[in-house]
Amino acid sequence: MNFGVVVFPGTWSDCDFHYVIGEVLHQPVRYVWHRDANLADLDCLILPGGFSYGDYLRAGAIAGRSPVVEALPEFLARGGLILGSCNGFQILCEAKLLPGALVRNECLQYRCQSTHLLVENTDTPFTRAMRPAQVLKMPISHGEGRYVVDQATLADLRRNHQVVFRYCLPDGRLTREANPNGSLDNIAGVINEEGTVLGLMPHPERAAESALGGTDGTLIFTSLLGSLVEDGSFLKG
Amino acid sequence: MGGVTSAEPKVTVELALTHGLTADEYDRIIHRLGREPSLTELGLFASLWSEHCAYKHSRVFLRALPTRGPHVLQGPGENAGVVDLGDGLALAFKIESHNHPSFIEPFQGAATGVGGILRDVFTMGARPVAVLDSLRFGPPTDARTRRLIEGVVSGIAWYGNCFGVPNLGGEVGFAPEYAGNPLVNAMAVGLVDARRVFRARADGVGNPVFYVGAKTGRDGIHGATMASATFDEGAEERRPTVQVGDPFTEKLLLEACLEAMATGAVVGIQDMGAAGLACACSEMPARAGTGMEVELDRVPQRETGMTPYEIMLSESQERMLLVVARGREDEVRRIFGRWELDAVEIGRVTDDGVLRVRHHGHLVAEVPVRALAEEAPVYEKPTTPPAGLAELLAFEPLSLPAPDDAGAALLAVLASPGVASKEWVYRQYDQQVGTNSLVLPGSDAGVIRIKGTRKAVALTTDCNARFVSLDPRTGTAMAVAEAARNLSASGARPLALTDCLNFGSPERPEILWQFREAVEGMAEACRALGVPVVGGNVSFYNETLGQAILPTPVVGMVGLIDDAGRRATQWFAEPGDRVALLGPDAVSLGGSEYLAAIHGRVAGRLAPLDLGLERTVQEACRAAIGAGLVRSAHDCAEGGLGVAVAEACVSGPGPVGAELDLPADGRPAVLVLFGEGPSRLVVSVKPEAERHWTELMGEFGVPWRWIGRVGGDRLVARIGGVPVIDLDLATCGRAWREGFARHVS
Repeated sequence: MNFGVVVFPGTWSDCDFHYVIGEVLHQPVRYVWHRDANLADLDCLILPGGFSYGDYLRAGAIAGRSPVVEALPEFLARGGLILGSCNGFQILCEAKLLPGALVRNECLQYRCQSTHLLVENTDTPFTRAMRPAQVLKMPISHGEGRYVVDQATLADLRRNHQVVFRYCLPDGRLTREANPNGSLDNIAGVINEEGTVLGLMPHPERAAESALGGTDGTLIFTSLLGSLVEDGSFLKG
Repeated sequence: MGGVTSAEPKVTVELALTHGLTADEYDRIIHRLGREPSLTELGLFASLWSEHCAYKHSRVFLRALPTRGPHVLQGPGENAGVVDLGDGLALAFKIESHNHPSFIEPFQGAATGVGGILRDVFTMGARPVAVLDSLRFGPPTDARTRRLIEGVVSGIAWYGNCFGVPNLGGEVGFAPEYAGNPLVNAMAVGLVDARRVFRARADGVGNPVFYVGAKTGRDGIHGATMASATFDEGAEERRPTVQVGDPFTEKLLLEACLEAMATGAVVGIQDMGAAGLACACSEMPARAGTGMEVELDRVPQRETGMTPYEIMLSESQERMLLVVARGREDEVRRIFGRWELDAVEIGRVTDDGVLRVRHHGHLVAEVPVRALAEEAPVYEKPTTPPAGLAELLAFEPLSLPAPDDAGAALLAVLASPGVASKEWVYRQYDQQVGTNSLVLPGSDAGVIRIKGTRKAVALTTDCNARFVSLDPRTGTAMAVAEAARNLSASGARPLALTDCLNFGSPERPEILWQFREAVEGMAEACRALGVPVVGGNVSFYNETLGQAILPTPVVGMVGLIDDAGRRATQWFAEPGDRVALLGPDAVSLGGSEYLAAIHGRVAGRLAPLDLGLERTVQEACRAAIGAGLVRSAHDCAEGGLGVAVAEACVSGPGPVGAELDLPADGRPAVLVLFGEGPSRLVVSVKPEAERHWTELMGEFGVPWRWIGRVGGDRLVARIGGVPVIDLDLATCGRAWREGFARHVS
């Protein structure tokens, strides 16, 4: 299966995703320039972390209207999968491919730290290699990662099991202390209704080698690889 | 300048004085030009001959520093120093101060400090892989200081995080002398192909000169001259001299520059930092023995009506000057266009050694580049030891009453803002982007791996300014020794250093004495430890209303770990491991953290520094780490043995206790526990390696002793069998973890 890693002006996790996919997991991967709307050769598209366009307007606001993002509905219609991490999550929300928004951290400061995530839904192409209620360790690095959404949408998200990851303590308890940014309901990651677009604030690419302190992030990729191979939904051909 | 018809005001000696030049210097300019300078030319000279750019007061002393070594690829004089790492790779790095701007406008001042040092590194062709920052503030009890800390830290965070470079460490120190003049020193480190190191030279007569990056505005004019004067009450009125940063544009500039450099179309490149175009347009040709012509109408500008003086002196950020191989202009334009940046041909390299600046068809400056870049006066001003120093040194700290409860004293020292955990600071910095960070901030040194090799690089900044203030020579040598020790404690062999010499006004003989002593002490330590100086920065005039800072020669050092798997961190990890104190017993409470934190004094003599012993102790430590004998190694520095052991207990991912049994040797407990001295490390040795360790230390012939064992949930210390400290781990941990945040927020 073929991965694409999108590069916006100001993206910085692009190289890290490219390295993990290509050098750690040995999967085919290429960069996708933000002006490039040709995604025909790709099965899974990554929107990485960074400060696209400096995030001077609103995190992800300008990137959410770029040519590559405008091509995403068609990419999804052809069976593609999209993973947005950090700034990628913010962009997906700005592009209305995911519900809700990511606003300034409650502490009003940037936070780079390790977090623990409770896996709430293992029935997605991104999480099927995980166990229900498994606790993953993954770092965050953001100033605007506080997930907010209106009550009605939150109810929908819960009903549809669209909340995929929530910040928790190492033992899985969902407390205020475990929530690094004040996200509603400790929400760290959500998926669209179709289960094809996942956004999360933590950085799975930074938790993909034991030398760097953990490998829980690779579970997302092994889930994806399994999904795309098993159900034959990948586009290449 | 025949035919010059500019509308600029006439230049007089009075005008020159307001530019920070002396009457003598103005005469020298007239003599050199054979006429009076134009206003633009005066601006060029005032900037290039400022202390900040020309090192007028420091140059004679800096000659003492060793700058060569077998792996030095680039020493001082370029945008950054470069050392060879083997495997065809090299490391470019430099530290620089942004003290004055950060005091006037903490957020932007600190942010642009990071921006400037990143550009210095990527102009060498290197991709930045880490930044560190060394900060000094007044006591955090002052609300204004707390605002400064918050502004500086968030400014560093904003710029580095947005740019996408991990912050791997640094220091935060406090002393009353910094209240009116905080220090913000930023260090950047980049990785570069050893055969493709770029230099700031305007080679090749006829080659086009390109301006790339952000547009020029009126911000930061006179930044270099501002940084070359002391502050009075009106410091805040100088806010317009501070530049405004744009880390997003810097990120684009990085990618575009590296891409352009990879094509081979770039001949030379220089950052437009201090003194902007003025500096780049004179230093680049001066280094290459060429000249340069520039046409200011072509310079991208974001304001209208800028005068040539303003355009040449603007310190607008995120700009570079490139010399491009003739015929390859379009390649460069294409790359910068793709990154949506300006890339405009503004001039060309000439053969006559003269900088010619044109504006609206007029020649507004015509100056030999050497006159600007190389002929600034060099002063050797008088030096005298400060009055009262002998009295300070004569003070005997042991004459003060010993603490009733050594445990309570330890908790107080652990919670003092200089010692306590700096997590409040570094959790605001991205520490991991690039996925190379093997050891994050919070250990003796940050460590990053080099992808595609087995190697890793360790990074640190160090300076104990209390020591330097009491004994500039030994204190500075100790800063070099400590930086090297922090690298050795991580398993890294020190390669080279960059220095940021922060001092008061060099026009005062006692400040210049501190400076001279410090540089000579640094030179001695560099030679003894085999660590050359490959670049740095002098920051004078750090004083407000006559109050100078503590002399603060910050040392930024890099070291190499050949096998990234063979490294150590500072925290104890396994119950049952044996604790050793590696190094001599000699310590002193003179200038110690204990004396400052508990008694509010900075006085007394420093412990002796034996540089030969220092070197051997560090070699022994590295050998033990390399042989896999030790689980942890921690420099025994501020706070002495007590703090070093407590930090080893509580600073790791899994806190663990320790029991120490120290010999009764007649010395008071307070000296044994809190005395500070060089060449000492606290090491935890794997039980199965005890014999091997003993043999290895014997081979090196270094002093060492067993002092205890890791385990339990208390920190216990006995001297001659008598308990002097018995604290539960949670209490120690809280004191250390929460001390800083409690002071600053």
